[in-house]
Amino acid sequence: MRSLSSFFYRYQRLSLLLLLALPLLWLGVIYLGSLSALLAQSFFSLDGFTGQVVKEFTLSTYTQLFSPANLDVIGRTVTMALVVTLASIIVAFPLAYTMARAASPALRSLLYLLVLMPLWSSYVVRVYAWKLILAKEGVLNWFLSKLHLSWLSDGLLGLPVIGGPSLSLSFIGTFLVFLYIWLPYMILPIAAGLERIPKSLLEASSDLGGKPALSFWRVTFPLVLPGIVAGSIFTFSLTLGDYIIPGVVGNSQPFIGQVVLIQQGTAGNIPLAAAFTVVPMVIMALYLSLARKLGAFEAL
Amino acid sequence: MKDRISWPLGLATIAVLLFLHIPFLLILLYAFNTEEAAFTFPPPGLTTKWFAEAWRRQDLWAAISLSSRVAIIATLVAIILGTLAALALSRSKFFGRDSLSLIIILPIALPGIITGIALRSAFSLLGLKYSFWTIVLGHATFCIVLVFNNAVARLRRTSPSLIEASLDLGASSLQTFRHVVLPNLATALVTGGMLAFALSFDEVIVTTFTAGQQQTVPIWLLNQLTRPRDRPVTNVVAVFILLVTLLPILISTYLTRNLDDLSRTGK
Repeated sequence: MRSLSSFFYRYQRLSLLLLLALPLLWLGVIYLGSLSALLAQSFFSLDGFTGQVVKEFTLSTYTQLFSPANLDVIGRTVTMALVVTLASIIVAFPLAYTMARAASPALRSLLYLLVLMPLWSSYVVRVYAWKLILAKEGVLNWFLSKLHLSWLSDGLLGLPVIGGPSLSLSFIGTFLVFLYIWLPYMILPIAAGLERIPKSLLEASSDLGGKPALSFWRVTFPLVLPGIVAGSIFTFSLTLGDYIIPGVVGNSQPFIGQVVLIQQGTAGNIPLAAAFTVVPMVIMALYLSLARKLGAFEAL
Repeated sequence: MKDRISWPLGLATIAVLLFLHIPFLLILLYAFNTEEAAFTFPPPGLTTKWFAEAWRRQDLWAAISLSSRVAIIATLVAIILGTLAALALSRSKFFGRDSLSLIIILPIALPGIITGIALRSAFSLLGLKYSFWTIVLGHATFCIVLVFNNAVARLRRTSPSLIEASLDLGASSLQTFRHVVLPNLATALVTGGMLAFALSFDEVIVTTFTAGQQQTVPIWLLNQLTRPRDRPVTNVVAVFILLVTLLPILISTYLTRNLDDLSRTGK
C-alpha cells in the first residue's frame, strides 16, 4: 500500500490519467459522441419519396434550412432571445444593485436565497404557474380590471405581430414567461459584477463632480458589463433552445426548438432537425467568442 | 458598503421580488381550489380533497417512482464522476485542462434540446431501445457539472499542505483520501448531490428525447399543460414538485452557508 502511494506521488501524470479515465470516457464517448452523431446527420438528407434518411454527404439539407419559411423561424427566435435578454438586464438591475451594494449581510443572504429559490425550483411548474396567471379568467386580468386598466392590455393585444386574442395566445405572453423563467440567471452575475466594483471608485467619481447618473454610465456600467454579458449568455442561449414555453403560451408561430421537435418526431426528418440545432450552436459559438473578448468568463 | 437604499430603488427591488415569487403563492393557492375546469381568480372556494384524490392516482405513483429511481442513480453516477474530475482538475495544470472543464460544463451550457436530440440520434444509430437506463444516461451527463463545481470550489479552499502532511506522516493515498480529503469534501458532495437530484427530478427537455413512452413526474405535468384533463390533480402535483425541488436548495444553503458557491453552480 505504502509503495503504491509513493508510486502515485512519483508518477503524478499517471494518477491523473487514472482519475480522469472514467469522467473522460463518459463525457467524451457518450456526450461528444452523441453530438458528433448529431452533426453528422445534418449532412445527410431525407429522401422525399421513401421518407428514408439517405446516408450520403450532401449540403441539400442546409439549402432547405435557408428556405424563407425556416429563415422566418430563425429570425423570430433570435429576435425573441434578444428582446428577452435586453428586458431581463433592465429588470434584473435594481434587485442586483440592492443585493450588491445596499444590503446588510443578513439582508444580502436573504436576497440571494430569494433569487436562488426560483432559479432552482421546477421549470415546468413555473411555466404552469403562468398558465394560471395569464388565463382569461385568471389573476392578471382580474387585477387589471380591478385597477380599471383592462384598456391597457386590450390596446397591447390589438397591436400587430405581438398582439393576439388573449395574453396567453400572444407573443407578449411568451415574452413575459421567458422573462420570468430566465431572470434569475441575469440577476446573479450582475450582482456578482457589482460586488466586485470598489466603492472608492464611485466616491472618486462623485468627489470629482460626477452626478450619480454620470457615475453610473461612466464608472459602474463599464465595470459591470462582463457580468451583464455573462448573464446574457444564459438568457440568450436558453431562449434560443426552448420549445416548451412558446408551445404552452403564445400564438402558434413556431420557434427553433419546436421545429426541431416536430422535424425529428412526427415529420421524421432527422437531418433537417439536426441542421436546425446547428443554428443555435453557431450563434452561441459566435456569442461566446465575443463574450470572451469582453471578459465575461471571469464573471461567470 | 452600506449605502442607504433610495426609495425608488427599494420599490423597484420589491417589485422584482414580487414578480419572482407571486407565481409560487398562486400555485399553492390553486391546489386548494374547488373549481375543476378553470383558473378563476379569486378561487370560488377552498378544499383539501384534491390532495386525497392525487394520493389515489396509480399513474402518479408510477411516475414518482420512476423519477426518484432515475434521480438516485443519476446522482450517484454524477457524484463519482464529478468527484474524480474535480480531484484531477483542481490542482494540476496539464495540457487540455481548459477544454476538459468545457466538456464538463457543455451539457448544461448548450440548450437542453441539443443534448436531448444528440442523445436520441446516438441511441437510434446504435439501435438502443428507450429504457430506464437511457434516461439515466442523459441525466447523469448534465448532473456531473453540479457535483464538479461544488467539489472544485471546496478543493480550492483546502490547503494542499494538509495532504502532504498526511502523506509525510506515513498515511497511504487511500488513507489520506479516506481521512483527510473526503471529510473535507463531504458537505460539498452532499450539496452537489442534492442539487443534482433536484435537477434530475425536475428535468423535462432532455428527458423528452430519452424517455420514449415512459412518464417521469415532470413529463406527466407537461402532458397536462398541453392537454389538460385533471386540472385539480395537476395543481397538487405542481405543489409536490415544487417542494421536492425547493428542499435541496434550502438544505444546501443551510449546509454550505456560502451562497456564493451555490449561485455559481451553473444551473
